Amino acid sequence: MFRDTVESSVSHIAIIGNPNSGKTALFNALTGLRQKVANYPGVTVEKKEGRVLLEDGREVALLDLPGAYSLTPHSPDEKIATDVLLGRLEHTPPPDTVICVVDASNLERNLYLISQILDCEIPVVIALNMVDVAEQDGIIVDANKLSDILGVRVIRTVATKGVGIRELKLAIAEKIVPSLKSRQWTVEEPLRSELEELRGLLLHHHAMSASEAFHESVHLLGSPAVLDEHRSRFAPEVLAHVQQDQDRLDALGIDRLSAIVEGRYAWIQGVCETAVKKTPRKTLSTSDKIDRILTHRIWGFVIFIVLMTLMFQGIFTWATGPMDLIGAGFNALGDLVASVMPPGDLRDLIINGAIAGVGAVVTFLPQIIFLFLYIGILEDTGYMARAAFIMDRVMSKVGLHGKSFIPMLSSFACAIPGIMATRTIESKKDRLVTILVAPLVSCSARLPIYVLMIAAFIPSKSVLGFVNLAGLTLVSMYLLGIIAALGSAWLFKKTLLKSETPAFIMELPPYKMPSLKSVLLQMWNRSTQFLKRAGTIILGVSIILWFLATYPKLDHGTPSDQLRQSFAGQAGRFIEPAIRPLGFDWKIGLGLVASVLQREVFVSTMGTIYGIKDANESSGNASLRERLQQDVDPETGSHTFTTLTAICLMIYYVLAMQCMSTVAIVRRETNGWKWPLFQIAYMTSLAYVVTLIVYHVGLLMM
Amino acid sequence: MKEVALDTLVPGERGIVWSLNAPAFEIRQRLLEMGLTKGVAIEVIRLAPLGDPIEISVRGYRLSLRRKEAKAVMIERVKK
Repeated sequence: MFRDTVESSVSHIAIIGNPNSGKTALFNALTGLRQKVANYPGVTVEKKEGRVLLEDGREVALLDLPGAYSLTPHSPDEKIATDVLLGRLEHTPPPDTVICVVDASNLERNLYLISQILDCEIPVVIALNMVDVAEQDGIIVDANKLSDILGVRVIRTVATKGVGIRELKLAIAEKIVPSLKSRQWTVEEPLRSELEELRGLLLHHHAMSASEAFHESVHLLGSPAVLDEHRSRFAPEVLAHVQQDQDRLDALGIDRLSAIVEGRYAWIQGVCETAVKKTPRKTLSTSDKIDRILTHRIWGFVIFIVLMTLMFQGIFTWATGPMDLIGAGFNALGDLVASVMPPGDLRDLIINGAIAGVGAVVTFLPQIIFLFLYIGILEDTGYMARAAFIMDRVMSKVGLHGKSFIPMLSSFACAIPGIMATRTIESKKDRLVTILVAPLVSCSARLPIYVLMIAAFIPSKSVLGFVNLAGLTLVSMYLLGIIAALGSAWLFKKTLLKSETPAFIMELPPYKMPSLKSVLLQMWNRSTQFLKRAGTIILGVSIILWFLATYPKLDHGTPSDQLRQSFAGQAGRFIEPAIRPLGFDWKIGLGLVASVLQREVFVSTMGTIYGIKDANESSGNASLRERLQQDVDPETGSHTFTTLTAICLMIYYVLAMQCMSTVAIVRRETNGWKWPLFQIAYMTSLAYVVTLIVYHVGLLMM
Repeated sequence: MKEVALDTLVPGERGIVWSLNAPAFEIRQRLLEMGLTKGVAIEVIRLAPLGDPIEISVRGYRLSLRRKEAKAVMIERVKK
């Protein structure tokens, strides 16, 4: 009974603000752990919702809108924010009240968005956030005066410290009516009367509120021309009128867009003169002092490299302990199942299909979690924007934005966090290009294959007196991945996803201490998303692969014979003619088939073929190495593996998309199967062609 | 006073925005909305370690933009 009354009185609140205004911290402070993350239907914009417990015991739904500088939709994020505010989105009710988060130390630019929201006449509460930082900087905002001018409630908050949260909750609890103050910003004639006229026309032809009609008339007259997007939404009479207006104003030499934006900023300047007191500072701000070092010509790079090295250190050393533990845990689980279930296909399916398959993915979780944590901290402190600032020169050479750098760098550990980190890239095409090429960067799952092949076939001797050949080979594989990724990015930007190098117009927010709560919550949300998305696909594919490797059954024989006779073995033979030109025989073919799920499975498959238990352990790996070196084709008498084969195999793994988890994440992030399938196709073709060339050139040289 | 492009200013130099010559509408719109309107005061703070992009101070916050975008921002230089 109690539940029902709560449900029926739930109202919808949305929270909006500029990026870096502390919106996420405020959302977390209001909702605590009562939040969940999903996607808006049909787009890949993250939809974060939570529930807020008000002081009177009521619960309201809180929707975290994507960070936006403006309601003029530049990016998918800003379009969603606008559509939600205007109640245009299906399945998302328009908010009863909007909390606008404003950075007190950066009021001028933050008020731009506010001026647009006020145009829409939605009930608004302003959270004047980060007042502590502002006051340290000598900026004092008079909340009462601001409230008087804007005609809405203004609450002073410091979201990271919980200051003002109670007052904010009390303000939400009140039934807020839209401000009675009329719009205060204005543009000069004749644009002003044209806007009014257009508003009347919109109201006549379309079912919309007076405020929405005003918002649309500003949008229409601020556009360069009548666009396709407008044709789908407005009546032909309206569009004809817009066209006339635009032509007439342009002929008068009036810059329509500038006039509108300048109108807003002129009003904002007036507001700030009344409500803000600034004490000019004599010394550099802390943030500036930090930036003097972090973006310094020399020190900037040194620190950048140190931070990135630390990331790799974490991935390849600190994360290995928990990874081993998880691996051992899954083995123990397998043993447990083995001890309680009678032998048979079902037991085998559970142990070698489900547990081993899912276990192999979950084992990578410590690396992925670490990376999410590390990236989260860098983002929260404000360093990520500097990383983009430092690396943009390099990235723009292949037509990408500085922001594409971090996703590609993360991919050295695992493409999944890398691909999820592309969400900060505004341009849709650029984001897609980054997603497409990120898996070419050598991730940690490729390392076991490199290690096995190099240890078995590349002698650890010095060349040119000081370089170790084995080490050089390993570095070459990583370099090949980087070159392939940058080269493909350049090519995609020139052809398939042809677009200009995106403009680099990016805020550099002041540095701040990271909020542990925000960082941990984000890490948790992203990791569970990964497990949900990848986990389900992996479970399915593991079971299919198990089936292929287990049937048809041999009555007698070693595991190696069984594998040879299985469907997977047959598949290996079936593709042999196709991979022969690469120097691969059917056994390698079987390894390729079995490692479609994930690359490192290749090592354990070789272990099974050559009858070596624990191929991943060091002793087993050593004996596997010997068997690989000695293996001879019974028909031709030549070695199955030569140094050239080993190099070709490594190159193939550098370039081929042998990772179902990545496919699952790309499908999720691009909202369909088109791009993951294209990605599989282009990467496999690239791998095939490059390996083919290397093999034949190698044969000629030998 | 003569108008110059923003990318000709060196760190520490100040100016007043005069006009935007960005050919692409979206870029002009973004620059305007980020506060680079006519009459606003700006200061070039620093260059990225590789010389591009540049960091400027405008309306009390820090904005970075490439030289290519900065070329479109016409400035009236202000003496210190």
